[in-house]
Amino acid sequence: MTKNSAVAGEDFPSTPARRISSYLYKNAKVRLRLLIAAPVFWLGLVYIAALVMLLITAFWTVDEFTGNTKVNWNIDNIVSLFTDPLYTKVTLRTIGIALAVTVVDILLALPIAFFMSKVAGPKLRNILAISVLLPLWASYLVKAYAWRSVLSNTGVLEWILKPLGLQTPGYSLFGAAITLGYMWLPYVILPIYGGLEKVPSNLLEASSDLGAKTFTTVRKVIFPIILPSIIAGSIFAFSLTLGDYITINIVGGPNQMLGNLIYTNVGTANNLPMAAALALIPIGIMFAYLGAVKRTGALNNL
Amino acid sequence: MRSKLAISIRNLTKKFGEFTAVDNLNLEIKSGEFFSMLGPSGSGKTTVLRMIAGFELPTNGEIFLYDEEVTTKAPFDRDVNTVFQDYALFPHLNVVENVEYGLRVRKVGKAERRIRAMAALEKVHLADFSERKPSQLSGGQRQRVALARAIVVQPKILLLDEPLGALDLKLREKMQIELKELQRELGITFIFVTHDQDEALTLSDRIAIFNNGKIEQIGTPQDLYQRPATEFVARFVGTANVFDGEAAQALFGTSSKVMIRPEQVELGSKGSQATIVETIYLGSTFRFILDLNGHQIIAEVSASDDQAKTYRRGATVKVNMSKTDLVKLD
Repeated sequence: MTKNSAVAGEDFPSTPARRISSYLYKNAKVRLRLLIAAPVFWLGLVYIAALVMLLITAFWTVDEFTGNTKVNWNIDNIVSLFTDPLYTKVTLRTIGIALAVTVVDILLALPIAFFMSKVAGPKLRNILAISVLLPLWASYLVKAYAWRSVLSNTGVLEWILKPLGLQTPGYSLFGAAITLGYMWLPYVILPIYGGLEKVPSNLLEASSDLGAKTFTTVRKVIFPIILPSIIAGSIFAFSLTLGDYITINIVGGPNQMLGNLIYTNVGTANNLPMAAALALIPIGIMFAYLGAVKRTGALNNL
Repeated sequence: MRSKLAISIRNLTKKFGEFTAVDNLNLEIKSGEFFSMLGPSGSGKTTVLRMIAGFELPTNGEIFLYDEEVTTKAPFDRDVNTVFQDYALFPHLNVVENVEYGLRVRKVGKAERRIRAMAALEKVHLADFSERKPSQLSGGQRQRVALARAIVVQPKILLLDEPLGALDLKLREKMQIELKELQRELGITFIFVTHDQDEALTLSDRIAIFNNGKIEQIGTPQDLYQRPATEFVARFVGTANVFDGEAAQALFGTSSKVMIRPEQVELGSKGSQATIVETIYLGSTFRFILDLNGHQIIAEVSASDDQAKTYRRGATVKVNMSKTDLVKLD
């Protein structure tokens, strides 16, 4: 068949492929459902089913004699989350560290992202972008152990701080918070940088032109516009800290966070139902956090 | 109005690396003037405007606003306001909040700033749109919001950076009239940057023609059109027949560079024979491109001229250029 046949008024041959194509073309709903079927199937199976299993396991117990998980419906695990002082203490501590890491990361990310977006030339901006991304390409474990070395009593930090009459925080909650802040910083910088990229420079000029000093411009123009990006970054830093269990083990000394408490329950303690119950805490906190964020209306402009 | 100086610019130079955007420029703008800076892109006109606003600092030279030196002052310390080319409206604020912004940062009370913002919106015929977000407005409406936002703080000088550049022709012509009326009503100095010569001629009391970071000529629209000083001005403002060297010698017996406007070229009754190379109908006029002994000449005749209607491409016609209409160029 030549290219001109349609022009000449001839019909295309009615092949099955052509019939399917024209059917799909006419039926947008069918087309859409076929398109989305595979991802929905995958999400449903792998993601939601796994989460549901987790939720269910939390209501079971462990046979103390055999060590096997027993289907014996009860809410003891959930109750102990709220009554056992160890769990409440670790939960509050984890939230505290997550909040501190989030706030510090935002405070560090804002000027870096602003400099990258509005001050640096294209060359310097690329160098900075790569510097921000580079740590993400290195193994998480390697970075944690690098900080273990930095924080150690004979490490770089001690060497720098000693002449100033200070000393390294060592392997402690503070040390863990510093390390976590370092780990998640790129995840906070990148969305804020993306948000700032969408603020045209002439908005800043217009604000200044209308009499606003620099700080007023930041507060009344830049901040409201990039608030959704800051929140996106905060979700990363906050949720990743809530779930972390490696950093606290490597640089946290004997201290516990929710993550390694769950890890201990899965491993050493062999109490999968308790681990599942504990895992519900960060999920619950994240839901509460997202709900609070949504109420501020900051997500409307996403 | 007393002819006080709104702006005085002395030996202003701006370099971006090796590139000299503005080259040792001197300029004085009177209070209450509608002053245009006209030139092709890259001629330095916007850079001068940005230095007056304070967005760029000069490499050299001084800027005075009403006898006060502002050369290195921040934009928020200058009594000028800018209407930006792409409007620069705050996307998170609605129309009236955008207009109120300058009053808000000046700590004007809530009630008063709302009244003044609405009055400014009234002036640009947008009072009904006060609750909309900028994204819900058309280009022309955004332009008006930008205008209202700049005038609500009552600047002594308003800077307009190609404010109509993004609008279509009809809307542009309408906005030109409104701008002119607004300027008369407010009685403040407007400094208008444009690359559109018609726009500059329509609006301005005086125009500065920019080329390569320098001012070629400053004058009223009539001055620039009738007595251009240089070939660049002659060609940039309107259409010009420019003759140089041999051509000037052959046609007019002069050794200097001269110019004549197309409508001053007389066709028909007397003069030398020329061939019509092209005829162009422009609505109110006919434009003829003629060949006179190898020299190209552009002539323009009213479309209501009965004889002009009969001229066809390829025909010959008598061409007369009066020496009194010639303008000597530098």
